Formats: sequence, C-alpha cells, structure tokens
Amino acid sequence: MGGNLLANYGEAVAMILFGIGFSNLLLQKNLIKKIIGLNIMDTATYLFLAEKGYIAGRMAPIVVDNVRDVEAYINPVPSGLVLTGIVVSVSVTALMLSLTIRLYKRYHTLNMDEISTMLKKEED
Amino acid sequence: MNKKIARLWNTFILIAITAMSAALFVYMMGVGEPFTFMMGHFPAPWGNEIRAGLLEAGMALFFCIVMLLSLKGGQEHIDTEIDEEKANLYYIMINLLLSSLLALIYTNDLFTAYVFVEINTISACGLIMIRQNGRTIEAATRYMIMSSLGSGLLLMGLCILYDITGHLLMSNIKESVAYVYAQGTYNIPLAVSIGMICVGLAIKSALYPFHTWLPDAYGYSTVSSAAILSSLVSKGYIFLLIKIFYRVVGFDIIVNSKVINILFVFGLLGMIMGSVNAILENDIRRMIAFSSVAQIGYIYMGLGLGTKFAIVASVFHILSHASTKSLLFIAGVGLTDASGGSKKFIDLTGSGYRNPVAGVAFTIGACSMVGIPLFSGFISKLLFAQAAVGASVSKMLPTLICLAISTVLNAIYFMKTVIRIYTPKEKDTSFTKVGILEHPLYNIALFFMIILNMILGCCSQPIVNWITSGLNMFG
Repeated sequence: MGGNLLANYGEAVAMILFGIGFSNLLLQKNLIKKIIGLNIMDTATYLFLAEKGYIAGRMAPIVVDNVRDVEAYINPVPSGLVLTGIVVSVSVTALMLSLTIRLYKRYHTLNMDEISTMLKKEED
Repeated sequence: MNKKIARLWNTFILIAITAMSAALFVYMMGVGEPFTFMMGHFPAPWGNEIRAGLLEAGMALFFCIVMLLSLKGGQEHIDTEIDEEKANLYYIMINLLLSSLLALIYTNDLFTAYVFVEINTISACGLIMIRQNGRTIEAATRYMIMSSLGSGLLLMGLCILYDITGHLLMSNIKESVAYVYAQGTYNIPLAVSIGMICVGLAIKSALYPFHTWLPDAYGYSTVSSAAILSSLVSKGYIFLLIKIFYRVVGFDIIVNSKVINILFVFGLLGMIMGSVNAILENDIRRMIAFSSVAQIGYIYMGLGLGTKFAIVASVFHILSHASTKSLLFIAGVGLTDASGGSKKFIDLTGSGYRNPVAGVAFTIGACSMVGIPLFSGFISKLLFAQAAVGASVSKMLPTLICLAISTVLNAIYFMKTVIRIYTPKEKDTSFTKVGILEHPLYNIALFFMIILNMILGCCSQPIVNWITSGLNMFG
C-alpha cells in the first residue's frame, strides 16, 4: 500500500490538491477564494490525467522519420482530454468572475453570507 | 438581430427538432433495435459515437415538447421582463440548452458527456440571470458554485474510470469494467469512481442537501426559465446517470457497489424535507420550487431501490414531474399576474376566479402532484409503491412510509394553495378579471400541458412498456 503510494506520488499529490480545491470551493466565504479553489480543483484533475497519460521512457506519438514499435509511444488521448478540460474550466472561470463583478458592483462585498443577508433585508 | 426574427427562428428550430425527434421515435418503434453513428473519421474504440435507442428517442421528443410549451406559455413575460437588446441572447441560450440536452441524451462517449454537462450548466446559468436583479445574480452564483463542485467530482470520477479501463466509449468501458470486476483487482478505485460520478451528478441535479441555490433560481427568474430549469435541466443529468448505470458500469455492479444506498437515503430525506420547506414557504413560486426538491428526491429514491422496475418508475417520474412542474409554473404566473404581480399567498386569494384558465390549470397540476387518479402523479406514485414492494425488505418499509408521509405533506401545501385561490374575496376593484380569450398563446400552451399530463396519467401502460423496452435496449 505505502509502496504504491510512493511510486505514484504524482497521482497522490493530484488527489490531495483536488481535496484542497474542493473544500476551498465549498467552504470559503470570499468569492474570489472560491474561484481560486475551483481552479486548484480543475488543475488537480489535469495533473492526474497527465500523470496517468505518461509512461516513463516513451515519447509523444509524433512521427518524424520512421514509425517505430507501438511500445515506443504514449497514448495521445489523455493529453487531448487535458486540453479540452482546460478550455471548459477557462470558460467556467470567466463566467464566475463576471458574476462576481456584478455582485460586487451591486453589494460592494465579496462575502457570500453578507450578500445573502443584504438580499433578505432588501425584501423586507 | 431583431427580437421578433430571433423569436421566429427559435420557434422554427424547436418545431423542426421536435418533428425530427418524432420521426426518429416512430422509426425506432418500427426497427426495434438501437443504432450507433460514428462521429468523425475514426471507428469504434478510438473515435466518438452517438447512439439512439427507443428510450433516447422518446426522451428527446418529450424534452422538445416540454421546452416548446414552457417557452410559449411564458412568452409574454419574456417579452416584457427581458431587456430589448438581450432578448435574442435568451433565444440563443435556449437553443444551446436544448442542444446540450440532446447531446447528453444521445452521446455514447463519456468525455463528450462531461463537456455537454458543462455547456448545459453555463446555458442554464444564462437562463437564470437574463432577468437582472440581485436575487437572480446571487442565485446564478450559487448555482455555478454548486455545479462546479458537481462537475469537478464527475470529471475526477470519469478520469479514474478512464484510468482503470482505458476507454471512453460507453460500450467498451462496460466490457472492461465487467472484466476488471471479475478479476477483483481494482475494486476500490472502481467504487471510488462510481461514488464520485453518482455524487457529482446528484449535486448537479439538486438532490436534497445541495438544493440551496434552487428556490431563488426558480423563484425570481423569468417564468419560462424556471419551468425549463426545473423540468428539463436537472432531468438531463439524471438521465445521464441512468445511462451510466446501465451502459457504463452495468446494473449488477452498481447494485453491488452500495453507492445507491447513499442515493436512496438522500432521496428519502429530500422527499420529506423538500415538502416541509414548501409548507413553510409564503411565496407561491418558491413553494413550487421546494416541491421540485421533493420530486427530485422521489427520483433518486427510485434509483436507490436497486431493482429494474424501480428505474422504470424513476424514468416515468421524470416524465410526470417534467410535465406537471412546467404546468404549475406557467399556471402560477397567470395567478400572480391576476393579483397585481404579487407572489404572496395573502394576495392570491380569489385569483382562481380572476384568471379562470390559470386557476383550472393550477388545480390540475396540484392534483397531479398530490397523486389523484387520472393524472400522471398518481401513476408514478403507484409505480414507486410497486417497486418498493419488489425491493429488498430493508428498503421496502422506509420507502412506503416516506411515500405516505410525503403524499400527505404534498396534499397539505398544494390543497392549501388551491383552497386559497378559490376563496372568494370581497369586492375589490383594484384587480381586473382576465378574460378567457385574452391571452390565447398562454391558454393554448396550458391546454396542451394539461393534455400531456392526462395522456401520461390515463394511458400509462403503453408508456411503461415503452420505458421498459427502452431500458432493456440499454443493456
């Protein structure tokens, strides 16, 4: 068990980062810190994919001279998934930031709880 | 683009997609077996695929119809509540949402499913905040936070699954998962991955403890958005989850994995707590929104029972809830309009007389939610009860008890509302009576929603047969 963990330290770090990002996104009150948590969480996923997609000693499947043995190359799909994931997380982050700007302009605070109390007051 | 042209285009596209879905459905009925279509130039284990079966085709048709009706029912509100220059963006969001829903229904590739889950979330966020006020922006932010949590979990689960199996296409993953499961080598990662996917999708579809964004989002956005969000968006994720149950992990492995027990418990909690919150609510739109929380709980309870018949009941409840909830939202807005725009119960007194069509429609929706025979809600409750009897003994009793309690609670808040809107008010000249012919589009939409509800309620047997054979086609 411990030996496995040491050999796959990249994946272990990715999982720890995922946990950090997840709890930040869930528990932080400040919106900007929440967004930072979101980015840490997404990046951890890409680290995990990249770690899993690389096999030591092999190279990217770009053929310059002769096609070598199948064993010489890695699978390009995980890297492609990372790129797709980055695009998705960039757009989600942009949307979150624009929402934050709107909330800040309206309520002059970044604290989610304070915004909620202000909304309740507005209603009464 | 001009607002009117955008609206026409949008209607045209919706009708065209509805017609094509209907054609596909009829074709699938005739052929009786699913077909896959290769996207791009690479064949099965590497490339991307979409797959159509009986259940997918029918779901797509149903989603299109509900979307068209909700949009038309709330048309006047879209025209008045949304800024002139933003109206065409609203229609773009609607089309984006429909396309991502269809992709979620038809896709045979897990990573494509993830990408479209995100697109679905973003467009739903647009639908919430198109009507700009503090409440909707706050609700949209909360929604995005919750959704990001859900999609983070979903993505991580998919990555682990991809890591174990080495495939992204659903049918290939299923073969590998069956092999890995038989070998017994990767049982813990497999369980973690299943758990992450289930919890991620449950968060995204607002299962009980993750519902905090929902009342504000449904209560203050424009009425079509609320109807579409409650009846379609959350259902798209649930449909994806059912697909993952059957086509990715395999039903037996899911049942053995114990993850469904978690869904079961939270489903039961949602059934009770959603209704309790709805009783305490003083605002008609937020009350309907909390009722959605309870109904999502029903669906997850069905998924958690762990028998095939319970899944049939859940799929039927997806249909039943989608048709009823959109009806309630659209009818509710007619009642609030007849009360000077106030959503408080006090002001709604007697509104059933001021807008008779909306009053009748709301009553029918309420009866369906409570589970009166003739309407769709009765059939889904009946199916859930039958499924509970067929499930394991330890789940049967809690299910039946919670069904009974939840039905009583439903009856309390819906019948309270119906009595309220039909309580005659003393002569009050401040509100004008809405004539039957005054809002033709609104009334036609309501009429078709009632018909849809009655079809689900009265001809349930063919629909149950269709769902059963569609689910068999999955496996």
